[in-house]
Amino acid sequence: MANATETIGAPASPANSRSEMIALAVMTAVLVVAPAVVYPLFLMKALCFALFACAFNLLIGYVGLLSFGHALFFGWASYFSAHLLKEVGLTPELAIIVATLGAGGLGILAGLLAIRRQGIYFAMITLALAQMMFFFALQAPFTHGEDGIQGVQRGKLLGLIPLGDEITMYFFVLAVFLGAFLLIYRIIYSPFGEVLKAIRENEPRAISLGYKTERYKLLAFVLSASLAGLAGALKAVVFQLASLTDVHWTMSGEVVLMTLVGGLGTVFGPVVGAFVIVAMQSYLAGFGQWVTVIQGVIFVACVLLFRRGIIGEIANYLRIRL
Amino acid sequence: MFEIFGIPSQALFGQLLIGLINGSFYALLSLGLAVIFGMLNIINFAHGAQYMMGAFAAYLLLQYTGIGYWGALIVAPIIVGITGVIIERTMLKQLYKLDHLYGLLLTFGLALVIEGVFRNYFGASGLPYQMPSSLAGGHNLGFMFLPNYRGWVVGASLAVCLATWFVIEKTRLGAYLRAATENPTLVRSFGINVPRMITLTYGFGVALAAFAGVMAAPIYNVSPQMGSDIIIVVFAVVVIGGMGSIMGAIITGFGLGVAEGLTKVFFPEASSTVIFVIMAIVLLIRPAGLFGRG
Repeated sequence: MANATETIGAPASPANSRSEMIALAVMTAVLVVAPAVVYPLFLMKALCFALFACAFNLLIGYVGLLSFGHALFFGWASYFSAHLLKEVGLTPELAIIVATLGAGGLGILAGLLAIRRQGIYFAMITLALAQMMFFFALQAPFTHGEDGIQGVQRGKLLGLIPLGDEITMYFFVLAVFLGAFLLIYRIIYSPFGEVLKAIRENEPRAISLGYKTERYKLLAFVLSASLAGLAGALKAVVFQLASLTDVHWTMSGEVVLMTLVGGLGTVFGPVVGAFVIVAMQSYLAGFGQWVTVIQGVIFVACVLLFRRGIIGEIANYLRIRL
Repeated sequence: MFEIFGIPSQALFGQLLIGLINGSFYALLSLGLAVIFGMLNIINFAHGAQYMMGAFAAYLLLQYTGIGYWGALIVAPIIVGITGVIIERTMLKQLYKLDHLYGLLLTFGLALVIEGVFRNYFGASGLPYQMPSSLAGGHNLGFMFLPNYRGWVVGASLAVCLATWFVIEKTRLGAYLRAATENPTLVRSFGINVPRMITLTYGFGVALAAFAGVMAAPIYNVSPQMGSDIIIVVFAVVVIGGMGSIMGAIITGFGLGVAEGLTKVFFPEASSTVIFVIMAIVLLIRPAGLFGRG
């Protein structure tokens, strides 16, 4: 883009990962002791959304593609995993893996269509495709329409460890989250990730350098979709439920908000943003409908006043990379 | 009464008419989106919310001031258009130098706020709005029964769409607008107040949405979520048509409304998804959209 003065996403910064390593250690330590202080169920919900937001951020922060339809992958993977657990009787880890692959498959289909256009069109296409799949979820027999898939048993991990206990479940969720988080971190700083950032900065130039940018964008999209699916599959196991809420467009909007609040294109921003928004939703639950209004106000405030988000502002102030 | 492809003509033409009505709203809304996008380079996510505001403005005007349908058709778009002008002056103006996606995010936030506020005050269920008595009743055309109000909606939408097309493509004002879309700096140097033109363009696009909202009020109930239901479909319409052409937006809007109506007759299960499926096919064959450039 010739005239874009401020693009969405992380600035190209020098390779100094020490601040990130320290932050990673702090985050891991906090999350390990957290269940002693906070309700595990709240933490698990926040971690699922944190993973969802990280997956979303992979696209917006590092490829500059704003997907307004990520609920498609999150919601459908939660249907897949709930169905596989309840009706097929798979063990939880298998259900989650198959559901993640399923989300990846949907990601290939949606990605092939969406990457044909850029910018705002990309956002509108992903939103429209997600809405289409929302109607399928409403009508398909196995999703049970308005009721959703209820009363899913968590089952036994690897057929051995029962996940009924909240603390066991929490550490399983934490392990999956940290694994996926490290994978995303690895992707961002891999040669592949550098090409993604080059596409974000100047796609025609990346093409002229010989990169088949379509393939890079598609792969990034599928990775993001799969990881969003992983988050959704995990959430279905934790809450023993898959419902229309998770495929609705408001969910796509929420993940945008989480990432925006935390900081687009920062490694830790989506995690912080997810915790902030999930905490806000549970503390403000008494306000009922006003929560939507408050979320809208936060959206507007973020765009107008602090576009870097919480982590982005901190990183900018301390002149470090987070 | 006769049959076409095994479908009674009443049902077929009835759905065709509903399709044309929906198409009128798609055309008016996608036209507004295209006009706004042309000048501001912003996709106005709040467009659905502003359509809903138009319907509520008509409802409230009737409740509190006694201004009826015909008055509301003029007054409601002006009121909602003014709120649009305020939004542009205070918020959108700050985003022009940034990535276009910020405009989308901002207007999405605004849509949440507007919809949430209306839901808090008026509840989620719809409120009825009487159609004007002068348009009650209908005509029997032999092959179908045409309610007057529905005929009026299709005719009036078409007229407003064509008038907008005429102003933008055939008048001096439209020439300024198109020139400012291509090269705002150059147009400014000719002494034309481009920022004011941008503000008024946004106000006009929003007013179009509100106009559609007033027309929709007697057909659907006036409800806070009426905007978010329609806006995503309109986005698909815009992707299919491409936003480069005003006439393209109008034709695509009406055409897709009809396609949706026909699907309701022949394959009702797919009627809520058909426009998205068409969008997918168009993306595969003509990624730039039917009327898109480049």
